[in-house]
Amino acid sequence: MDMEASKKKLGLKERYNHLTRGLGWETTYQPMEKVFPYTRYEGIKIHDWDKWEDPFRLTMDAYWKYQGEKEKKLYAIIDAFAQNNGHLGVSDARYINTLKLFIQGVSPLEYMAHRGFAHVGRQFDGVSARIACQMQSVDELRHAQTQMHTVSNYNKYYNGMHSWRHWHDRVWYLSVPKSFFDDAMSAGPFEFVVAISFAFEYVLTNLLFVPFMSGAAYNGDMATVTFGFSAQSDESRHMTLGLEIIKFILEQDPGNVPIVQRWLDKWFWRGYKVLTLVSMMMDYMLPKKVMSWKEAWEIYGEQNGGALFNDLARYGIRKPKGWEQASIEKDHLSHQAWSTFYNYGAAALFHTWTPTDGEKDWLSAKYPDTFDKLYRPRFEHWEQQAKEGKRFYNGTLPMLCTTCQIPMFFTEPTDPTKICYRESDYKGDKYHFCSDHCKDIFDYEPEKYVQSWLPVHQIYQGNCFNPGVDPTVPGFDPLRAVLDYYHTNFGRDNFDFEGSEDQKNFARWHGDDAGGA
Amino acid sequence: MATVAISTYVFEPKDKVENFRGKQLLYIGWEDHLMYCAPLAFPFPGAMPFKAILEQVLPGCYGAHPDFARVDWSTVEWFKSGTSWHPDYDKSIAENGLGHKDVIRFRTPGLNGINGTCS
Ligand SMILES: [Fe+2]
Ligand SMILES: [Fe+2]
Repeated sequence: MDMEASKKKLGLKERYNHLTRGLGWETTYQPMEKVFPYTRYEGIKIHDWDKWEDPFRLTMDAYWKYQGEKEKKLYAIIDAFAQNNGHLGVSDARYINTLKLFIQGVSPLEYMAHRGFAHVGRQFDGVSARIACQMQSVDELRHAQTQMHTVSNYNKYYNGMHSWRHWHDRVWYLSVPKSFFDDAMSAGPFEFVVAISFAFEYVLTNLLFVPFMSGAAYNGDMATVTFGFSAQSDESRHMTLGLEIIKFILEQDPGNVPIVQRWLDKWFWRGYKVLTLVSMMMDYMLPKKVMSWKEAWEIYGEQNGGALFNDLARYGIRKPKGWEQASIEKDHLSHQAWSTFYNYGAAALFHTWTPTDGEKDWLSAKYPDTFDKLYRPRFEHWEQQAKEGKRFYNGTLPMLCTTCQIPMFFTEPTDPTKICYRESDYKGDKYHFCSDHCKDIFDYEPEKYVQSWLPVHQIYQGNCFNPGVDPTVPGFDPLRAVLDYYHTNFGRDNFDFEGSEDQKNFARWHGDDAGGA
Repeated sequence: MATVAISTYVFEPKDKVENFRGKQLLYIGWEDHLMYCAPLAFPFPGAMPFKAILEQVLPGCYGAHPDFARVDWSTVEWFKSGTSWHPDYDKSIAENGLGHKDVIRFRTPGLNGINGTCS
C-alpha cells in the first residue's frame, strides 16, 4: 500500500468508504463461502452486498467521540442522583419493582444483543453490514453497562436486584426473555437480524423501551430516564438499521420474501409474548400510570405497525399471523399476567400486590369490557383473603408452553374463561403450547424446541437444587430448595409488597414510621 | 427438515420420561377456576392410584378456593387433550391410559368460580 506522507486529510465520506469498501476483499486462498459459512444455509440469496446502504455512515472515530460525550453526561447525572439520595424521590416503593423487572428481564438481553451482533458482525459477507452490526454490538454492551450502573444505585437500598445475571439462566419467568434471545442467537445470521433488528427493535421497541422510560419519568426516577435518553439515539440508529436490513433482503431476491415472512410471523409472536411482562408493568406495577397496555398496543401496534406493514405490502409482505390475536388479547393480557405473578409471588424475585381501590377504578375505566366482569372479582377476593391473613399463594408449579415458556395462562381468543390448550406429537412425545402461533413455531422446527429448558420440568428432574441437596430427606421443601438454588434472599426478595422490607425501609427513610398502606 | 441448520441436527428431547427418575408428567387443569392462573404440572409414578390424585394431591393444591370443598368427584366431567374422558378412580394412572406429558382437565358442574366469574 502506498503510504505517502502528508496527503490532504480525508473527508468523512471518504473515510467511511475506506472503512466499508476499502477494507473488504474477495478471498483467494479460501473460497468466500468457507470464510463466511453461515450466510447461505438459511436459503436467503444476496446478489450484491454493495447495495447495502447504511444511512448513518459513521466512522469509528466519529462513533467513539459521539458515544463518549453521551457517557459523560449520563455519568454526571448518575453521580448526582447517588449523592442526593435520588432513590427517595420516586413515587412509591412499589415503583422499584419495575426496575427489578427491568434489570432481571431486559438488561441481560442487552448483553446478549451485544454478543449476537458481534457474531453477525463477523459473519456477513458484506463489509458495511458487518460494520453496522459491530457498532450495534458496542452500543448494546454500553446499554447493558449503563443499566447496571444506574440500577446499582437502587441495589444498595432495595431487594431483588443483586443476582440478576445468575437469575437470567435459572429463574422460571426469566426463561421467557432468555429463551427468546437464545432462539434468535442460535438461528442463522439473517434470521437473527430479522428477529432482533427488525421484528424487535423496529416493530416492537416502542412497546418495550417507551413504557419503561415514560414510566420512570412519571414516577420520579430521573436516573432511569437519563439512561433512556442516552440510549435513544442508539435506538433510532438500530431501528433504521432494522428497516434497512429488511428492505435490502427483500430487494435482493424474490425467493427471500416467503422466508422473511415466516420469520416475521415467528418473531412478531415471540417478541409479543415477551411483552406480556411489559403489559402488566404498565397496568399494575407503575404507581403513576402512563397509559394502559391496551392504549399502547392501539397506538404503537395497530396504528404505527399497521402503517408499516401497509408500506411493506409492495414487497409482498403481509402482517404477521398473530397480529389479529394480539388485538383480541389486548383486553386481557395484563390482568392474566399479573394474576399469574400474584399466584406465584412466593417464587418471584419482586413483590406483588392487589391493586388499590383507585387503581381498580382506573382499570375499570381503561378496560370497560373486561375488568369488572372478569378480573375485579378475582382481585377483590384475594384482597379480602389477605385482610383475613390468608394471602393466596399457588403452591404447585404450572404447566408451561414449550415455545414461549410462559405458564399456560392465556385464554382462548374466542372465550376468555377457557385456557387455550394446543399440543403436538413429535417422535412419540407430547408437546404443549399456549397458542396456535407457538405451536406453529414448534411444528416448523421441532428438533430445536425439544431442547427447551423448561424451568418446571427442570425442577422436577431434580436439576434446580444446590449441589449436595438431598430431595429424599423427610420434610424436604422443594420450593425453598429451588429458591436457594436461585440465590434468593428468602423473605426479602419474594412475597407480597405489603409487609416487605422495601416497603418498611422506604417509609422509614421518609420519616413515616407507621409504614405501609 | 426438522430444523433449518448448517448440518445434521438431531437432539435428545430434554424432557424424555427417563429424565424424571421413575415418574411421568401429568398436567391437570380445573375448568372455570382461573383464580389458579394455569393448569398444574405434576411428576407422578405411573402406578399411583388415580384416586390418590383426588384425595391426597388436589386438596393441597386447590383447597384455598371456596368452591373446592363442594366438589363432588362422582359428578365431575373429565377431558383428556380436550375430549371427553372417563377415568376409573380405582385404577392407577398408567392403567387409565395416561402417558408422559398427558393433559387432563376437570369441570365441576354448578361450580363456576368466584361470583360465577370463572375465577
Ligand atoms: Fe440496546
Ligand atoms: Fe407460547
